[in-house]
Amino acid sequence: MRSFPDIEFNLGDYVETLVNFLDNALEGLFDLIFFISSRTINGIEDVLNFLPWWLFIIFIILLGWYFRSIWSGLLYGSFIFLIGAFGLWDEMMMTISIVLSAVLICLILGIPLGVWMAFSKGFSTVMRPILDAMQTMPSFVYLIPAIFFFGLGNVSAIFATLIYALPPVIRLTELAIRGVDPEVIESAQSFGSSRWQMLKKVQLPQALPTIMAGVNQTTMMALAMVVIASMVGAQGLGEQVLISINRIDIALGFEAGISIVFLAIIIDRVTNGVADRFQKHRRAK
Amino acid sequence: MVKSKMRIEHVSKIFGPKPKTIAPMIKEGKSKDEILAETGHTVGVYDASMEIKEGEVFVIMGLSGSGKSTLIRCFNLLNKPTAGAIYVDDENIVDYDSSQLKKFRQDKIAMVFQHFGLFNHRTILGNVEYGLEIKDVTKEERQKIAQENIELVGLKGYEDKYPDELSGGMQQRVGLARALANDPDILLMDEPFSALDPLIRRDMQLELLDIQNRLQKTIVFITHDVNEAFKIGDRVAVMKDGKVVQVGTPEEILEAPANDYISEFIKDIDRSKIIQAENVMIKPNALVSLKDGLNVAIKEMEDNGISSVFVVDRGRHLKGIVTIDAAIEGIKMKKTLKDVLTTDVITVRKEEYVNDIIAKALESKFPLAVTNEENKLEGFILRVHVLSGLVADEIEGSREYHGYYQGSENKTEEIE
Repeated sequence: MRSFPDIEFNLGDYVETLVNFLDNALEGLFDLIFFISSRTINGIEDVLNFLPWWLFIIFIILLGWYFRSIWSGLLYGSFIFLIGAFGLWDEMMMTISIVLSAVLICLILGIPLGVWMAFSKGFSTVMRPILDAMQTMPSFVYLIPAIFFFGLGNVSAIFATLIYALPPVIRLTELAIRGVDPEVIESAQSFGSSRWQMLKKVQLPQALPTIMAGVNQTTMMALAMVVIASMVGAQGLGEQVLISINRIDIALGFEAGISIVFLAIIIDRVTNGVADRFQKHRRAK
Repeated sequence: MVKSKMRIEHVSKIFGPKPKTIAPMIKEGKSKDEILAETGHTVGVYDASMEIKEGEVFVIMGLSGSGKSTLIRCFNLLNKPTAGAIYVDDENIVDYDSSQLKKFRQDKIAMVFQHFGLFNHRTILGNVEYGLEIKDVTKEERQKIAQENIELVGLKGYEDKYPDELSGGMQQRVGLARALANDPDILLMDEPFSALDPLIRRDMQLELLDIQNRLQKTIVFITHDVNEAFKIGDRVAVMKDGKVVQVGTPEEILEAPANDYISEFIKDIDRSKIIQAENVMIKPNALVSLKDGLNVAIKEMEDNGISSVFVVDRGRHLKGIVTIDAAIEGIKMKKTLKDVLTTDVITVRKEEYVNDIIAKALESKFPLAVTNEENKLEGFILRVHVLSGLVADEIEGSREYHGYYQGSENKTEEIE
């Protein structure tokens, strides 16, 4: 009587069937997604690789200077220089391309979804558990359908990253739009704004600082997926970490690992700096 | 006859899951509490009717929860009334479809908010031109109009600042400029000065009246402050529990409060800001003409039991005052009335507010003389009436009135 009765419900089988079905039925769609994603990554990578290394470092220094201070800029520049000195320059560029592509797609999808959730209570109720699932499901699990749909490579990596990194920007966009001062909304209404004017001229600009906090989180989470995504063939720094695990290569593992940390610090500080810029004239009342 | 601008007819606003089904209960005369108990719906505005005339400042006054903010939001349909009709220029705005409503809000009506409701991502100029921007007015045109309105409210030089760089009073000026930029017929103001400190509030009230004099808009003004309501309102509507309890001019309400609630409400009003000099002045029984001479003056004082008397010329223009002591002294010294006349009498105009003459009353040794536009003496005000008579409901009821400066000057001092 202690053991569980002989009842079987193989949810996994159904999901597998569903994935197989989707793979066949939506082949065109997946091809399109594949095409767009790979073009985005390649485009960004081409631009990055086109830059001479010193110009890229100067660019990072200026970025740090503009958004924080000259000392931060110099620190970030030396981080990048160090990564290059580890012999991981090309891998770093690849990683940056993947992260940027994933973030770009996250924003294109996430901000409209967030806005829609803010406007429609029903949609919000439906989306919330889905977002929870996306964030709590162990991230290795998405790798399997990703391979199914897109095969091994960077596109699968982006797909898996997308699922993991998308929720923060959606959630914070919804929160931000809902959080706009009702009196400000009323005043925009009282002038006869249309729905679209209201969104474009009042709600989105008012919500921007909070949305930027979402962008920051999404970016950090995309970076956190770099190693995991390398299991489905993403190149770059994550791949180096994976290789060093397989070879038990402490030196390479540390170099690749610390490089990811450096990137994380730079990206976090810079996106935070951007958010602060937006915050400047929007102190809470 | 002033034209009616807005007519509000039996407007009710009910909050809850099914407001429309509750509306008939108001017609049946069920009270707000009964409706809440039976259906769980809250009645924000209960069968309100009023008429607002063109170019007047119409104040809706009530405590918090009286439904005044809910009602004013019905006027531009930020709240859609559950029942009733609102006619603006004889069109029922409740029936407007969304494009008519948009047009109505863009052209005819604008609102100023309690906490300003400014767009803090835009500069002052950007805020003021917002209303024009969404009407697709060209950039040059709207900046020109915005600039004019910024100057109108006295914020020239602040165009490129952001709202959070300005003080509360200045932010509300931006709110006012933004509303005026659209050149609306009707200006709705929802407790616009409540968030400001008292000194700034007073300035803003005066400035609003000044702007109103120049622009002649129809203003609907919400406040919980009786003094503010009576100061700036041409007419005042008092609301309680969602109902309009009384509508009238400040004087009408002061004179004949519709019920105990209103009497209670206006009890702590600062009457000195409503009551004018002519309301507290006394018509003189005794006056002495300059040509009459000292003996006549003494007789007048004796007959009326007073210790000093005003002296006027033939045209009733005030010449000065003579006291009984000075008159007797004058007769002994063989002087004329003109010689013993005291001329440092302080005069006030009959339309001055009592509040403004308090300082003069404190300085003056004699009663204040009240004159009309032609500088003729109309009456006088005892200092006691300025300083303490205001407290009494009826000036005539105060004992000083009947015994006004009888006997010596000293006695009057005692009473004060």
